[in-house]
Amino acid sequence: MGRSVDTELPEARYSYGGDEYVFVELAEAMSLKVNFRAMAITNKLREEVIPGVTDICPSNASYMVRIDPDELHPDDLISRLKEIDEEVGDAEGFELKTRVVDVPVMMEDPWTHETLMQFRDRHQDPDVTDLEYSARINGYDSKDDFIAALLGSPWLVTMIGFVPGLPWCYQLVPPEEQVEVPKYVRPRTFTPERAFGFGGGFAVVYSVQGAGGYQLYGLAPAPVLDVEQKLKDFKDSMVFPKPGDVFNYRGVDREEFDRIRSEVEDGTFEYRKREFVFHADRSLEDPHAYNREILGVLYGD
Amino acid sequence: MVIEIGQPGLLSTVQDAGRFGEYALGMPPSGAMDLFSYQVGNYLVGNEEDAAGLELTYFGPELTFTEDAIIALTGAEMPPKINGEEAATWEALAVSPGDVLTFDYLRSGARSYLAVAGGINVPLFMHSRSTYTLIGLGGHEGRALQEGDELKTGDAGDRSDRVGKRVDDDHVPTYSSETELRVIIGLASYRLTEESMEEFLNTTWTVTPDADRVGYRYKGGELGFVEREQPAGAGADQANVVDFGYPIGSIQVPGGVEPIVLMNDAVTGGGYATIGTVISADRDRLAQTKTNDRTRFRSVDLDEALEARKQRRQQLAEVKEALG
Repeated sequence: MGRSVDTELPEARYSYGGDEYVFVELAEAMSLKVNFRAMAITNKLREEVIPGVTDICPSNASYMVRIDPDELHPDDLISRLKEIDEEVGDAEGFELKTRVVDVPVMMEDPWTHETLMQFRDRHQDPDVTDLEYSARINGYDSKDDFIAALLGSPWLVTMIGFVPGLPWCYQLVPPEEQVEVPKYVRPRTFTPERAFGFGGGFAVVYSVQGAGGYQLYGLAPAPVLDVEQKLKDFKDSMVFPKPGDVFNYRGVDREEFDRIRSEVEDGTFEYRKREFVFHADRSLEDPHAYNREILGVLYGD
Repeated sequence: MVIEIGQPGLLSTVQDAGRFGEYALGMPPSGAMDLFSYQVGNYLVGNEEDAAGLELTYFGPELTFTEDAIIALTGAEMPPKINGEEAATWEALAVSPGDVLTFDYLRSGARSYLAVAGGINVPLFMHSRSTYTLIGLGGHEGRALQEGDELKTGDAGDRSDRVGKRVDDDHVPTYSSETELRVIIGLASYRLTEESMEEFLNTTWTVTPDADRVGYRYKGGELGFVEREQPAGAGADQANVVDFGYPIGSIQVPGGVEPIVLMNDAVTGGGYATIGTVISADRDRLAQTKTNDRTRFRSVDLDEALEARKQRRQQLAEVKEALG
């Protein structure tokens, strides 16, 4: 698909985000390796509990730290970050105590279909659906093969944000199998809450309804954000996803979708999830074999 | 004490100094957009620095006080009236039960702040009383005030000694329709061509109607990106990057035409190239600009940004000191 796939990571780029933020771009290109580095560095920084650091935000191929510069000079933080970067290196042997989660999604649901039809004039190809378009430009013979690829391998949650609780997910597959799609030509003014979308190299679940530019493929019956914290999974935080979570998007039909919806509404829904230690090296070496093992942990009993 | 809301104004929200430490969840800080005016209001009425007040945007509400209270109005020039009589701003005032506070049309600036002795007493949500309307949390029921709402204030004791305390004229900001904002160029500024960066800094930008607590959008120029083979994960458009975090005050240029400066209710990340960040000391003034106002961006280094931050703090300390 004509994009560069570098295995060697470049030097990190350190920058001031005004006087209150330090922004570090580890690489311009996304890769699992660079995300492991972002997680390893920010985890280490978090453990150090440096006075004056107020927010530590890992993201896909970068990270950002908010500081109180009256307490911690940005240059002092940058010096420490460069040391941590050296210690982490290319994150070889990076292990992550995390969890693997079953995330149901109904592909080609009537609600996101209605939305995408409503905003056809803002799309690259108004004559086909977002799924048909994405399948074609990624070289799939059919929309169904494309769906099978999305639902066939698990994903790593690589960043949370935009709005509270929205997870960016990068699929645990070799670079040449990564799906890539453009965002809408002009963003939509409406996206349903819990829409399953795709933009650039990332799948997302929209945590709230609102504007959006990602291609729309389906709808998740279960929330990623529960402001009232009624569901069990949200007892400790109104945001469910965490960076480093492994999500397996599993296709459900209308019947299961409706059943999960009613469980969410009566407060009994709980995600199927298992604790799990993720070995980055194993995922990079043989992702498909490792994914089978991961799914075994999630669905085996 | 209870404040009864009559007509609610255009956008009146409960705000404090902000909700920090949750950015990694996608939770922006919210809080008063012009923190200087907000904080001085608290000094005037003898509150803690981070007591919650009201942010009144463009067009003020009608408020009725049910008991004796000490209040102060700071920020945008939106002349207040108590029972129809013009009242002073940047000064602690006494109000009595049944007094009605209204506002004249906005003369300059964009946001006024009402501080009440004891603070607005809404429940804390994630250690802040600030309203974040997008997902409906914090403040009063997570939303802007509506007619019929009642706001409780915290216990203030007797603060009648505050009445008549007044901010020295030298420390009262004036708001012009032309503003210069200092920025530190950086983040993904390498995506802009050199000529475009020059143009960004040389253009007098106009605030569009799309200027709110999430961010300010400007028009007036067109900027171009350095052509590159787009890296994996970024998507095909030259304006796009692999989605990353956006600092508060950061400037992004979707499509190269309309720069956006993100403010207190920011989206916390996304895939548009960011080119720099408005320094913290200048966000107070940014918050007092409005649609059709003109803005220029001036590049400064970190030392100048930190010096400006220090001066702002000193100014606040002087105001506090003088008010006793």
